[in-house]
Amino acid sequence: MRSLFALMLAGYALGAAAAVLRPGGRGGRGLVAAGAVLGGAAGLALALQVLLTGTPFVLEAPAVLSIADGLLFRIDRLGALFLGLVGFLAVPCGLYGAAYSEGYEGRASLRLLGALLNLFLLTMSLVPCAGNVLTFLFMWEGMSLTSYFLVLTETDEPETVLAGGWYLAMTHAGLALALAAFLLMATSSASTTFGDLRAAAPALSPSARNAVFLLALLGFGSKAGIMPLHVWLPRAHPAAPSHVSALMSGVMIKMGVYGLLRVGLDLLGGGPTWWGALLIGLGALSAVIGVLYALMEHDLKRLLAYHSVENIGIIFIGIGAGLMFQSFGLPALATLGMVAGLYHTINHACFKGLLFLGAGSVAHALGTRNMEEMGGLIKRMPRTALFFLVGACAISALPPLNGFASEWLVFQALLGGSAIPQPEVAVVMPLAVAMLALASGLAAACFVKAFGITFLAIPRSARAEQAHEAPRSMQAGMAMLAMACVALGLLPFAVVPILGSTLAGLGRVTPAAIELTRSLPLQVPGASGQMSPPLLALGLVVLLALLPLGLRLLGAERRGRVGDTWGCGRIGQTPRMEYTATAFAEPLRRVFAELYRPTRDLSIDFHPASKYFVQSIAYRSEIHPWIERLLYNWPLRGIRRAAVWVRRLQAGSLHLYLFYLTVAFLVLLTMARWWR
Amino acid sequence: MRLFSKILQVGLATEPLPPTSHEVVRLLHEVDDRARRLFGRALAIREVDAGSCNGCELEITGLTSPVYDSERFGVHFVASPRHADLLLVTGPVTRNMAVPLVKTYEATPAPKLVVAVGDCSRTCGVFKGGYGVAGSVDQFVPVDAFVDGCPPEPAAILRGILAAVGRR
Amino acid sequence: MVAIIGFALGVSQAALALLLAPGLVGLVRWLKARLQNRRGAPVWQPYWELAKLFRKEVVVSSNASWVFRAAPFIVFASTVAVALLVPILLVPLPFDGVGDLLVVVYLLLLGTFFLSLAGLDPGSAFGGMGASRAMTVAALAEPTVALAIFALALSAGSTNLGQIVARTMSGPAAVSPGHLLAFLALFIVTLAETGRLPIDNPATHLELTMIHEAMVLEYSGRYLALIEWAASLKLLIFFSLLSNLFVPWGVAAGLTAGALTLAVASLLVKLVILAAVVAVLETRIAKLRLFRVPELLSVSFVLALLAVTSSFLLR
Repeated sequence: MRSLFALMLAGYALGAAAAVLRPGGRGGRGLVAAGAVLGGAAGLALALQVLLTGTPFVLEAPAVLSIADGLLFRIDRLGALFLGLVGFLAVPCGLYGAAYSEGYEGRASLRLLGALLNLFLLTMSLVPCAGNVLTFLFMWEGMSLTSYFLVLTETDEPETVLAGGWYLAMTHAGLALALAAFLLMATSSASTTFGDLRAAAPALSPSARNAVFLLALLGFGSKAGIMPLHVWLPRAHPAAPSHVSALMSGVMIKMGVYGLLRVGLDLLGGGPTWWGALLIGLGALSAVIGVLYALMEHDLKRLLAYHSVENIGIIFIGIGAGLMFQSFGLPALATLGMVAGLYHTINHACFKGLLFLGAGSVAHALGTRNMEEMGGLIKRMPRTALFFLVGACAISALPPLNGFASEWLVFQALLGGSAIPQPEVAVVMPLAVAMLALASGLAAACFVKAFGITFLAIPRSARAEQAHEAPRSMQAGMAMLAMACVALGLLPFAVVPILGSTLAGLGRVTPAAIELTRSLPLQVPGASGQMSPPLLALGLVVLLALLPLGLRLLGAERRGRVGDTWGCGRIGQTPRMEYTATAFAEPLRRVFAELYRPTRDLSIDFHPASKYFVQSIAYRSEIHPWIERLLYNWPLRGIRRAAVWVRRLQAGSLHLYLFYLTVAFLVLLTMARWWR
Repeated sequence: MRLFSKILQVGLATEPLPPTSHEVVRLLHEVDDRARRLFGRALAIREVDAGSCNGCELEITGLTSPVYDSERFGVHFVASPRHADLLLVTGPVTRNMAVPLVKTYEATPAPKLVVAVGDCSRTCGVFKGGYGVAGSVDQFVPVDAFVDGCPPEPAAILRGILAAVGRR
Repeated sequence: MVAIIGFALGVSQAALALLLAPGLVGLVRWLKARLQNRRGAPVWQPYWELAKLFRKEVVVSSNASWVFRAAPFIVFASTVAVALLVPILLVPLPFDGVGDLLVVVYLLLLGTFFLSLAGLDPGSAFGGMGASRAMTVAALAEPTVALAIFALALSAGSTNLGQIVARTMSGPAAVSPGHLLAFLALFIVTLAETGRLPIDNPATHLELTMIHEAMVLEYSGRYLALIEWAASLKLLIFFSLLSNLFVPWGVAAGLTAGALTLAVASLLVKLVILAAVVAVLETRIAKLRLFRVPELLSVSFVLALLAVTSSFLLR
């Protein structure tokens, strides 16, 4: 294991070094990619070893950073799961980046992109490996900073800089809150290693535990992107290069989930019912509102970013259900809920990564992310279209792919809510079921739009007409993830026991819960539903294969001919005659108009002679997320006012500053004297 | 509830189809055996107004009424020529409708039939020689049967349709 | 041996459903015709229509891709897969372990998903409009379906279809107000998902009023036949779900010949009754404007929510 760990570090370091020393050309980009792939594969192998054998991997380096116990790496099963997730996504994204970064050739940002990508992967891999608070926060901050600079790779666009600003501010606010949570826990513990924190947690008062949980929720939740702390997601993710967006959306936000699980479940050992209820509530809200805003987007990557908010909501629903069941002493259902949340974590990483890589290929070929300029790409980029379709079906929870398997598990966990003795609490479950189902249906509608408008019908612009297929390495990255989506969907019985074992010993969750037989049906005691994705897939494939045979037996006509699209006999067909993305989402926009509150600007130019003759009409409608305005405007205004006030201290006079220095020095001396 | 008591009161309003003289319905050629076998019991019709005065259309709408009830012969109207087997064309073909008529014919999958309804479709009727008229229907699409009249009665139109598919 | 017989019976149950489906649609049309005081086509008219469609050539738009050609097969295969999972004649079902009620719902969503993509593919505005509306209605019907499933699963203790039917059959005490409310909610969802009035008019010719029809305007020949057959099978499946989940008496519990004949007879009776209800409803009410449909769906959502609450309180 030690060698795998070293290999992982070496791989990423190699990639970073290659990026700095020799970034350009196919060889340089290939080396950078190879570094990322090697590091990722080593990380995945290490994670699998820990998961399958159960022996944790410990590495101490107290000499490095000797404050607060130095660096300590301890990979237990929960950490290994998230480490494996990083490695799992690093391989295809690294491969993808080899060809994608060709667009940055000849620019300084190529060096930065390659180096920071590897450093980002390195720090992100080390976050779940951390064994004490210092290591955790150090790696967390490294992850945030590297991703911030990666987001800023395209600094020539002003909105990118703004996006970076939002991201930096929110991630540091989250860091501060998480640090506060850890420090609060550390008040009653001997040291800041996770082992000691866990041991000292029962000594905390209930109000302290609640405070720690809330701080952790706010801190890690903002990284995860739960509502209402999600505002940085739709700004930062589209701005970053596509494979970085895939990693951010696929893995980085899951680190928020990891942090919450580590603090809430592992260190604190679970808590009162309202913890779980709060998570379910926030999750359900994120799921529905996230997908509603995704529906109205026609920037392909921003649409995917909003969907990440939705899926984090679903993960939180699963985990919240688990915590809630645990507080009622229902271990089987608790494990079910947690496992459902964790399974969705993996699945989301898989299909969201795939979708971002696909969107990146499209943006790379067309030079735009605007769906209204796309169309007809299925004939020009057939393989990208196929992979994107697999991702779209997976995220819409269509059987037999992986999105359906994990959503089914979340449903089953919520349906187990009937076992909760208190009816006023139990009513949370059906509401969550309803909101989850609504989010899932709306996601399907959104992806019909995303895939249909982008890839089908006729090209809506010259750029779309001249699009070309993505290069080989980009296709390879997407193909890997597409196959993983199918595999994870068909073989849940292989994945679920591993997920269950990660929860063993955490909090008071016993691993007895999910008895998965080694046979095909995915059986869930306690909620007792049953489903077998491989048999389902087999049935569908058999039916699809039998259909042409059946048609032949029926003596169906085999002739076919190609003609024009039926348009009531009109003379020609132009792209203006097809449906647009905005039009597709219009019925839902009307249905949810109260939530969206679209602004409407209509100006009509009349002919000077008579107002019955219209010369031109200009119509403009925009949707601004008013939740953001409501929740963020007043703190921002307050901070700005405070900053203006503080600026008065900076009068510019050197004498004044010397005076400040003297006063501070005197105060510190007095404090040092009195504290003795 | 008044609706249902009225329905019960009226009963079945469909009348048996009266015979039509053979001068009104002109079959241009022998009915294709394949068409007879295929469309004998189920026929989908797409109506095309190639510039008519809508007199024929009013009579055609009578076909789906309870009195004439074309559905009892398996004949029903469809929205798209892709779903259709038979095109029911009315009116002299105006210059603007010439290309759409041909496109509708091309959009219909084979095997297909065309029945042209009204005097206008065969001889351009009262609009003959007008500046907007491009010609009769058989100058643009191959016609299988004409139904004469200005406008022809619904019974005659139905007889024409049935004759085109070889039903008495 | 028993497993093979069970498998064969399951497959033949689905085959029976497939054979009956066009007749069910024909029955609804015949009843509507009679209610319109006209003779109408015979009940087996849709069979002739399907037979004719299979013999017509296919015309495909030059803008369309493989999605357009694959969609009818995917829709048909997913609908037949649902027919294999749903209790039409038998309980316990031979394919019980393969999928439960949630799988059924999402398989139907799979069909709608691909049909909507096929509506967008040729690049016509009609198809796009149909796709947009169909996905809107499907998405808004999802919460109702999920809650109705929840209500049923609460009393049965499982989302497994066989178990739900068995629980309802176990005695009149199993029938609760929650059942009735869930039935009403699911009835409205049936109308929405199968494209009947007041949500969608299956016989309309005006493209602006179409939802399902608009997506299939480009299809012809054998593709159209597959889609129409799948749509009628979907109607039969929804009717079977409505009748067998809430009024399951008559469903065969064993594999004896007597039980199976009784099952077929009771299925036919239930289908005829539901067909009559739908025909009368379609004659009496007019189509709702598209933007009023969410109001109707929210009524069904409230009914489902009440069903769940009453199931909780009366446990």
